[in-house]
Amino acid sequence: MSATTESPRGTKLPSALPQRTHDGARRQYIYLAVGLVVLFFLPFVLPESSQPVLVRTLIYGIMAVGWNLMSGYGGMFSFGHAAFFGVGAYTDAVLLTNFGISPWIAMIIGAVFSAGVGVLIAYLCLRYKLAGSYFALATFAFAQMFLLLAQNLELVNRTEGINIPLLPEDSWAMLQFGQDSFNYYWIPLLLLAAAVAVTIAFVYSRPGRYTQAIRDDPVAAESLGIPIMKYRLITVALSCAITSIAGSYYTQYYLFVGPEQAFSMHVSTDAIVPAVIGGVGTIWGPLIGAAVVGPLSELVAAVVRNPPPFLEFLQGVSGLDVAIYAVLLIVIVVFLPKGIYGTIRERLRK
Amino acid sequence: MNRGVRVTQTSTETKEAPAAPPRLLDNRQLRIAAGLVVVVGAAVALMYLFGGQPSGLLTQSLITGVLLGGVYALVSLGLTLIFGVLGIVNFAQGAMLTMSMYIVFFLATEWGLNLYLAAALTVPVMFGFGWLVQSTVLNRVMGDSTHERPLLVTLGLSLLIINVLLMVFGGRPVSVASPVEGSINVIGALVDVPRLIAFGGALAVAVALTLILRKTTLGLAIRAVAANDVGASLVGVNVKRIYAMTFGVGATCVAVAGGLMVSFTSLVPSAGEQFTTLAFVIVVLGGLGSIPGALVGGLFIGLVQTVGSLYLPGSGSLLLVFGIFLLVLFLRPQGLFGAKS
Repeated sequence: MSATTESPRGTKLPSALPQRTHDGARRQYIYLAVGLVVLFFLPFVLPESSQPVLVRTLIYGIMAVGWNLMSGYGGMFSFGHAAFFGVGAYTDAVLLTNFGISPWIAMIIGAVFSAGVGVLIAYLCLRYKLAGSYFALATFAFAQMFLLLAQNLELVNRTEGINIPLLPEDSWAMLQFGQDSFNYYWIPLLLLAAAVAVTIAFVYSRPGRYTQAIRDDPVAAESLGIPIMKYRLITVALSCAITSIAGSYYTQYYLFVGPEQAFSMHVSTDAIVPAVIGGVGTIWGPLIGAAVVGPLSELVAAVVRNPPPFLEFLQGVSGLDVAIYAVLLIVIVVFLPKGIYGTIRERLRK
Repeated sequence: MNRGVRVTQTSTETKEAPAAPPRLLDNRQLRIAAGLVVVVGAAVALMYLFGGQPSGLLTQSLITGVLLGGVYALVSLGLTLIFGVLGIVNFAQGAMLTMSMYIVFFLATEWGLNLYLAAALTVPVMFGFGWLVQSTVLNRVMGDSTHERPLLVTLGLSLLIINVLLMVFGGRPVSVASPVEGSINVIGALVDVPRLIAFGGALAVAVALTLILRKTTLGLAIRAVAANDVGASLVGVNVKRIYAMTFGVGATCVAVAGGLMVSFTSLVPSAGEQFTTLAFVIVVLGGLGSIPGALVGGLFIGLVQTVGSLYLPGSGSLLLVFGIFLLVLFLRPQGLFGAKS
């Protein structure tokens, strides 16, 4: 019955790739470098109070870049990236509080662990030929199971969550600085830049090309001798590792992680929505989406606190920010299915 | 194409009786149902004998489980129709449930209506809402072969409904008292009367849906679209209109569910969210588009949850539910009562 809306074929139109791979990749790296330099100086310009917004935006960015690799380039629509975010967040918290392991090392261990978990989940889903809605539902179910496990396991303190002890002095090794230190902004900025660099390298590499070919037409790709499962799992591993790093940094920045912060459905949504708004299956889309979504709730909160005269009825109302976010999501999906960046790029090419 | 041809024949309506509808329960499905009853019965018997729980407690949780399952089934009936016919993973199902509960709450407290009268008034409102959503928004994203755009739209819709409710009604829990209070004794277990009424409502909705699908022209058109939308449009069915009607009927089911559940729910804007997830589990377990499947699946999941919580503390019994869900997805993706595709 479900066959009416699903086809076994790929879910995206093939994205036109530049002819000269090396030039294309080099140009993207240059954009990245320029963007990094500009964003590096952002805290000097913006007021101090904007730092939490910037950090949250960067975390969204890392999550969305990770999600985009698997779902945008790999064509495997994950509705459970909270699982991988949460594994990173909890690995960091558990290793640090129980064994005193530096968050940097915990971040790497978490990424490897998360990639392993992701590969296992994706292998099961692909092995049993789940596609389309069923793949999304299965990943969703795994994330929900992780949420329930976290709520019930003594190791991770059940529903209480884990607090990271606050250190008295700055420490690079333990990733803790004074409250308003710019380091809290620069570190995720570099992590995000690294994630984008990985995406560029992957997209223009041979495995990346294979992955996109598999997404566009798995049957044709397989008939050309591409081992489908292998390249899909490589993509999933990369995607999960990147998302996990966002989770580890989340724990370090907020010095707390609980089941809801790590594994709830809203975390998965936070990985999906920036990518969808910016443009799925593009390098820069997730970043643009994060830049739109990240500051949204602060802006709305500022308006609601001090509304202009014609919006006075909104004073003190809660929920408006997410409502706007939801409308934005619906409007983009209905009218700009390629996202903001994807649509602009298409217009410019014409 | 075979299916399309059959639809052509039946929808000319010159034949004396429409062709036998594709599902209620054929022999194979009856065998599955019987098998399920035997397995569940045996499990229950084993628990009474060796479960290590006092039998009164077990009886109570069995009855509670069945009644809870009725509520789950009620929510899932609308979803199985939407998922089965439109192929939309409707993440807004739970939010629509909350929305209808708030409408009932509004009518009951502001207008002072009787709870069940308010519930009856909510039904056409939710039908209109569902019809509107499908015809203005979702129909625009149905065309291409991807499943993810409708999913993202319903995800946005869910967030929108929940937060508009939060803006209008605030986050403080509210409740509506049922005109019929109290509880009665059913084979040694105490049962709240409103829950019993909700259970009866689930059965009634299932029967009504089955009748609509099997006996009316609308039902015939819905089945035709579900079987083959291109074929249906070739023989003159307005597919988009049927989509809108189907979503409206799906919304109607949650309106009934909301009306019957509101008296024993602590109503907050996010109250319905948990049901979205469970309804998906039930719909996939029962088989897409299968009404008996949604009923049986609902009862089964209700039982697993309440009886499981005797042995697994906290939310542990939900782990069992998701474990079952994944097993079904992997090993029997067509569900218990679904046809093998």
